[in-house]
Amino acid sequence: MDKPPISPALKCLAAIAFLFLLAPVLIVVPLSFSGDVFMSFPPKSWSGRWYAAILQNPKMLEAFLFSVKLAAGVTVVNLAIAVPASYALVRLAPRGAEAMTSLFTAPLLLPTIVLGLAMLIIFARIGLLATVPGLFVAHLVVTLPYVLRVISTALSTLPIAVEEAAATLGAAPATVFRRVTLPMMLPGLVAAGALSFLVSFDEVVLSLFMSGPRLSTLPVEMYHHVESRADPLVAAISVLLVVFTLAIVIVVDRSLGLAKTFVK
Amino acid sequence: MSATATVAATAGSAADRPAGGGLVVALLLPIALVNLVGFLLPVFNLALISLQEVQASGAMTGGWSTAKWVSVVTDDFYWELLWNTIRTSLGITLATLLVSYPIALYLHRSSGLWRSVLLVMVISPLLLSAVVRTYGWIAILSDQGVVNSVLKAFGAAEPWRLMFNLTGVTIGLTEILMPYMILALVAGFGRLDPRAEEAAATLGASPFRVFRRIVLPLSVPGIALGSLLTFVLAVSSFITPKLLGGGRVFLLATEVYDQAIVTLDWPLAATLSMIVLVVFGIAIAVYGRLVRSIG
Repeated sequence: MDKPPISPALKCLAAIAFLFLLAPVLIVVPLSFSGDVFMSFPPKSWSGRWYAAILQNPKMLEAFLFSVKLAAGVTVVNLAIAVPASYALVRLAPRGAEAMTSLFTAPLLLPTIVLGLAMLIIFARIGLLATVPGLFVAHLVVTLPYVLRVISTALSTLPIAVEEAAATLGAAPATVFRRVTLPMMLPGLVAAGALSFLVSFDEVVLSLFMSGPRLSTLPVEMYHHVESRADPLVAAISVLLVVFTLAIVIVVDRSLGLAKTFVK
Repeated sequence: MSATATVAATAGSAADRPAGGGLVVALLLPIALVNLVGFLLPVFNLALISLQEVQASGAMTGGWSTAKWVSVVTDDFYWELLWNTIRTSLGITLATLLVSYPIALYLHRSSGLWRSVLLVMVISPLLLSAVVRTYGWIAILSDQGVVNSVLKAFGAAEPWRLMFNLTGVTIGLTEILMPYMILALVAGFGRLDPRAEEAAATLGASPFRVFRRIVLPLSVPGIALGSLLTFVLAVSSFITPKLLGGGRVFLLATEVYDQAIVTLDWPLAATLSMIVLVVFGIAIAVYGRLVRSIG
């Protein structure tokens, strides 16, 4: 493919813009090895004390474990709900499929602050505030649209001929789905699962509305920590999170191509 | 629940249709339930709450009243809040566009593995919590941060106030919203025919002229979409304004949060969040008109 050459001026501007984009992520790496009590840059001394501090912070550890469990549970339920739904919307294509897809992905269009407030008010009334089911439903609502979209896209790009061939050769619809459709859409499932896990794991706005002093997620604990104290603890946690996120992104990229999930 | 019952009833009558209506309903029922319980009911309820009558004690009486709306509309504080929010969000949108455009154009012109690597670099921040990225900005902008220690090394006596004000919030949100803008711009560039640029260059146009007369006009749809996305996200974000603003920056979204969590005035929070939605609606309408006028 012929592309116009890139001028030095554009290279320069793009490099500066990239530096700006990555600056906050890049800065936490050296900061996490600070030996200072307070956050300052450059640090006056270096140490691994803030990584050790994470292990001595039961609140953060508890919140991390809860976030992982919540994200994993949400992901499993998401897939269990979205796979049948996508199959119905894409393959069985009932009347109004498009309108239904819009409705099911609508929670993404609503600002999370509005959605969070809406859930806070109704969940408080039925006693679900600061409970596991409350947080679970909240995370389900904001991650399901992503999962539905990724799986529907994966399903609609599959060549239907293979499924038709299997059906013609006498396989029952359930067998076709289990033996042909499902294996072929596996990359889509991996991408959807990873996306669901990461979105749930990073979710902070709804979690802030839905959590309480006894039950909160890692991003919420980090938010409260940053709000009240300026020390390098969150830098150390952030570095671990960046590594964690990167690992998931690389796994997904290997199995599917991350760029394809976002840009057609 | 009556909605589900109706759906189930229609399903029963449609079950004998050849397309397998019963199966469709069974497959869609779980997602419909999540949507109903977690989205439709709460949002509908929210709209009602803003019209609920509240006693001086804060207790809801169960009656109806437009008192919250009247008090918000007649209070100068909220008008200033709205104006502040819109002005700041527009500024953030413009700044985001300016820093994102070179990256998007660069991505459009590059290819192969390098392009994929850069795209992952653009997308990855999206998968990282806003708390982490805001924290990074605190490390850069605070009095003991990167910028101020550089300034100090050059002999500045006073630290530059880059945090706990609108400057910090604007810088932080600009960076946090960049990936959305870049992706919208890259998608927009997809429709740009490289042959048009080539033709212009062959006919003797300077690179800058090619950019101004061909690339820029053809990327307007991408700019419009990216700006809409950035603007509505800026209006509704509150994590970054809260942390970088340090309680000294008042925007619509931070006020919704404060009223809901700190003051516990839910009808007021609901009213303000409805105003957020009105701003959203206006932004989308402006976008729609713009897109139509481009053709």
